[in-house]
Amino acid sequence: MSVITYRQALRETLRAEMHRDEDVFLIGEEIGIFEGSYKITEGLLKEFGERRVRDTPIAEEGFVGTAIGAAMLGLRPVVELMTINFSLLAIDQIVNHAAKIYGMFGGQTSVPMVIRTPGGGGQQLGATHSQNIELFYSFVPGLKVLAPSTPGDAASMLRAAIRDDDPVLFLENLGLYNSKGEVPDDGDQVAEIGRAAVTREGSDITLIGYSRMAVVAQQVAEKLAEDDISVEVVDLRSLRPLDRETIVESVRKTGSAVIAEDDWLTYGIGAEIAATIQEGAFDFLDAPVRRVAMAEVPLPYAKPLETAALPSVDSVITAVKETLNAVGRRVG
Amino acid sequence: MTETLPVTAGVLDERRLLDAYRTMRTIRMFEERVHEEFATGEIPGFVHLYAGEEASATGVCAHLDERDAISSTHRGHGHCIAKGVDVKAMMAEIYGRATGSCHGKGGSMHIADLSKGMLGANGIVGGGPPLICGAALAAKLQNTGGVGVAFFGDGASNQGTTLEAMNLASVWNVPVVFVAENNGYAEATASSWSVAADSIADRAPAFGMPGVTVDGFDFFAVYEAAGEAVERARAGGGPTLIEVEFTRYFGHFEGDQQTYRTDEVARARAERDCLRSFRARVMDSGLLSAERLDEVDREVALLIDRAVAEAKEAPKPTAADLETDVYISY
Repeated sequence: MSVITYRQALRETLRAEMHRDEDVFLIGEEIGIFEGSYKITEGLLKEFGERRVRDTPIAEEGFVGTAIGAAMLGLRPVVELMTINFSLLAIDQIVNHAAKIYGMFGGQTSVPMVIRTPGGGGQQLGATHSQNIELFYSFVPGLKVLAPSTPGDAASMLRAAIRDDDPVLFLENLGLYNSKGEVPDDGDQVAEIGRAAVTREGSDITLIGYSRMAVVAQQVAEKLAEDDISVEVVDLRSLRPLDRETIVESVRKTGSAVIAEDDWLTYGIGAEIAATIQEGAFDFLDAPVRRVAMAEVPLPYAKPLETAALPSVDSVITAVKETLNAVGRRVG
Repeated sequence: MTETLPVTAGVLDERRLLDAYRTMRTIRMFEERVHEEFATGEIPGFVHLYAGEEASATGVCAHLDERDAISSTHRGHGHCIAKGVDVKAMMAEIYGRATGSCHGKGGSMHIADLSKGMLGANGIVGGGPPLICGAALAAKLQNTGGVGVAFFGDGASNQGTTLEAMNLASVWNVPVVFVAENNGYAEATASSWSVAADSIADRAPAFGMPGVTVDGFDFFAVYEAAGEAVERARAGGGPTLIEVEFTRYFGHFEGDQQTYRTDEVARARAERDCLRSFRARVMDSGLLSAERLDEVDREVALLIDRAVAEAKEAPKPTAADLETDVYISY
């Protein structure tokens, strides 16, 4: 085991997969000469050359479509979209092409493509650069959406995404790139796509998150443990396929749930999780399912406003305590 | 117009001329039959017919082989036939049958046959050009010698995807031929209004590639322009934009009242039809006889009859097929 950053885990996995499979190549804006806006692809142009590390003009729909066409003919493109916000410029190619080509053409060809892209607010980048719109893609049959929260998962899930034969949107997070964690040195862990993880066992309440909010959920659980509150943390890891079993099993055990999400509340990922819980664990619930999400505003630039808009350790703790109070367990 | 014939006649021997004629006739009869059958109510959905435009798909695809890929449009039947997609499977697809090219899951607007390098008719205007850039990139990275041809309409020539793909193809120097099929109208909107340039081909220099406008009713003109473009692409000389001008014989879709145009179809059919002019030229020059051509007509008519009969008899997909082929694994 080595302790490395989320960024390093992504980079080393890209390197290893490019060495393993000649058909894997990278496409994106600023990924070659500039080595990536967030330096995920640092050193890769030098190592693999411009045939396999392909800088593009700023033309998201054009180069995402190009990746799809190349994938249809047997290559394994890994696209970097500088942020998920810019995926909106490519959404037709993602939704109307990548997601549909396999089914609509009767199973003739798959689209083994990965789109890597970071979401996330908190960097004072303003409304157009801070969104969490992974829901748009999680909604679409034909796509898979993965959202790792740790360096270890970033490595094993990116490896799985590249080796998977379906199109995968791989959600990273600006706030996680510098986070550190253990990653196995032998470097060949391939995650099972569609599996959530119980990252901390507990008995009082289930706290569910993904990406940055899975990290926040851990912090919440650690803090509440000091107050003798036992929180079980579920890291969704995969938004589609969604691991309904793990969610339901945890809530059946604890009897209550809070969902922490960085996207907007209305129609958000949490709404789907809440529906899943009531379908699978209704009789086990001692309190209404709570959701903690971003304020329903275009994320503002000024720090006090941005901070007020984003869910935090404190806002999640409040929701957990209110939920436990509602079931008659006075936790202050 | 016959003066172009000697240039290409040396390349187009009797067999290839017959092939070209058969392809154009197959497209024409296929489309006219779909037009008739649609009127009976038996064909569902949106159907966009390629009749009148046959020389484009045929003249371009005559230069392509199994290494090459094409992307198409919502008006894609002609491209499919010219690239060698099985006509019976196409007809079955249009009838929504399990024996169709896409097992009844695609329909007229989404017929594809990857085994023929046909990357799909495309229900999204402008959806194809980026895909074909990718196909050409794949050919380049895999050293197959293949080229990609993006067929798109005058409407798609205004879409960002098309312009992005043209720029990308030049920036990466990938082997693509862009074929802008200008039939005068994007649905009901005249291209003379919607294209803010004297021609679509005029846009080519802005993307670092040569552009040419050809008479889309003239198979030989298309064949010659496409030959040069495909050869250049295959040799690593980069992309080309070919604008092909003609008139579609039917409405935007079947059922279109065509209130936006007057007698141009009747005039085009009478004076400029690609099949009529092809026949005249190969017969005048003594290359093919009326009898040989008529024989092709009869064979094609039989094929279309069979395709329709078999499609009508073919099994429909069942609810058990609903969730197949959404993912490779899930």
